[in-house]
Amino acid sequence: MAGKRKIRILVAKPGLDGHDRGAKIIARGFRDAGFEVIYTGLHQSPEQIVEAAIQEDVDVIGLSSLAGAHNHLFREVLRLLKERGAEDIPVFGGGIIPDEDIPKLKADGIREIFTPGTKVEDVVKWVEENIHPRG
Amino acid sequence: MNPKEWAEKIVNGDIRAASRLMRDIDDRMPWVSDVLKELYPHTGRAYIIGVTGSPGVGKSTLVDCLIEDFRKKDQDVGVVVIDPTSPFTGGAILGDRIRMQRHSTDSGVFIRSLATRGSMGGLSRSTSDILRVMDAMGKDVILLETVGVGQDEVDVVNTAHTSMIVLIPGLGDDIQAIKAGILEIGDIFVINKCEREGAERMEREIMMMLELGARRKDGWEPKIVKTEAIKRKGIKDLMEAIEEHRAFREDPEHKRRFLRKALRIELLSNLKDQVSGRIMEALGDEEGLDTVVDEIIDGKVDLYSKSEEILKRVLC
Ligand code: B12
Ligand SMILES: Nc1nc2c(ncn2[C@@H]2O[C@H](COP(=O)(O)OP(=O)(O)OP(=O)(O)O)[C@@H](O)[C@H]2O)c(=O)[nH]1
Ligand SMILES: [Mg+2]
Repeated sequence: MAGKRKIRILVAKPGLDGHDRGAKIIARGFRDAGFEVIYTGLHQSPEQIVEAAIQEDVDVIGLSSLAGAHNHLFREVLRLLKERGAEDIPVFGGGIIPDEDIPKLKADGIREIFTPGTKVEDVVKWVEENIHPRG
Repeated sequence: MNPKEWAEKIVNGDIRAASRLMRDIDDRMPWVSDVLKELYPHTGRAYIIGVTGSPGVGKSTLVDCLIEDFRKKDQDVGVVVIDPTSPFTGGAILGDRIRMQRHSTDSGVFIRSLATRGSMGGLSRSTSDILRVMDAMGKDVILLETVGVGQDEVDVVNTAHTSMIVLIPGLGDDIQAIKAGILEIGDIFVINKCEREGAERMEREIMMMLELGARRKDGWEPKIVKTEAIKRKGIKDLMEAIEEHRAFREDPEHKRRFLRKALRIELLSNLKDQVSGRIMEALGDEEGLDTVVDEIIDGKVDLYSKSEEILKRVLC
């Protein structure tokens, strides 16, 4: 009997950022879309995020940042994934991220960024269209 | 990757290989049984400790404390935490990890979150296979947190070597509220949040219920431990209770009795899975099933004859 893949997503808040409303809303939206969401809570170091992603075998990592440290933290997650041989796990994110930072983050490998006001449905749609669990 | 290589990688400590196999087990990929066969000779060593109890009583916080104490004893620790799948959407938020994330970067700790995916009983269908993968990874101890216990949600006792039931004072006032079944399955009763009023009373009540109840067949007298997990109070007592039960279970007769029960259940459920898989295959999956059902609706054949016919086809 052939099995069926279910999308697994890690939603993480890197750094010393206490704003978790957005991340929780997004996590709930993913659950309601039928995904399995691993939520690791506040104040995560990039190392913790990357290890959790590997241990949980997620299809994608979603980072949330509202405290301004996204440029460093998001890139650090990408770097550590590479170091651990897990650069095949895509990373995207959201939060308060200035427009001018977005193209640079994307050029460095962050797949997409969603800023305040984003509809949860649009994020779900993006995941469904862009994230494909392995065969 | 062939099954043998895959299994070798896992035994040799390749975390991603292990993690991916766990996913394939959970997603019921057809190739996993070949890898599990290769892993089987490397299993049977890990000690499995089940942690169960109503939502929010502090199971994950206790698991976090236990990870710390087992790591101090230089034990490699595996953790499986289970949360419910939403019956409406099929999705799940797996949040137990939050309480133990500080161990995430410790290479001696591997934590995996699972969703129940429709299975009752407090565990997921994949749990025992995933525990075996952790066993083959060389974990000395595996902590297994289940979703809250109801009357039927006691699969953990046939999976874990030591089962802890976590309770808190002031939940429904007196112990009568605790379903009788639960008192029979716990090897250790943990009264967490014991700083709250009513902990002593609860302890006395559990003790009384245990004394009044029938003696356990195996002769073990369940332990009661009070903890305040957020302040790491009582964890030493809990570790001692676990060790005591573990020593008790070392007796070959107890061990065999447990294994016989556990493997009976696992073997039968494995067979059922395989047979129902083959039946669906023989029918031509969902579409084929619909065709057969239509035949029955249209009166071309009766349900019983059809059922026999299909079974014969599958078993020959
Ligand atoms: C509510 C709020 C708080 C609450 C937070 C409550 C909580 N638990 O979340 C409290 C009062 C605690 C708070 C505190 C602070 N705050 Co404040 N806070 C806000 C406020 C008003 C709204 C944030 C919010 O919840 N929005 C609603 C949610 C749903 O939207 P969201 O998080 O943006 O998420 C959406 C998208 O961004 C995206 N998204 C977000 N995450 C993710 C992740 C993924 C994977 C995806 C796909 C999408 C995605 O999708 C979501 C849905 O649309 C903002 C201002 C604002 N208008 O944004 C300031 C703001 C974020 N806070 C700010 C500051 C400075 C602070 C404090 C430092 C203030 C102080 N001096 O004490 C503290 C620091 C707290 C801390 N430890 O980090 C600044 C940050 C400035 C910056 N980035 O440089 C802001 C921008 C206000 C401002 N204009 O100055 N804050
Ligand atoms: N007062 C008090 N709170 C505690 C104690 N132990 C845990 N908590 C808190 O109780 C809440 C639930 O703890 P968890 O460890 O997540 O409980 P759980 O049983 O794993 O919860 P679920 O997995 O959701 O069923 C958290 O806010 C903990 O901080 C304790 O000893 N005393
Ligand atoms: Mg929990």
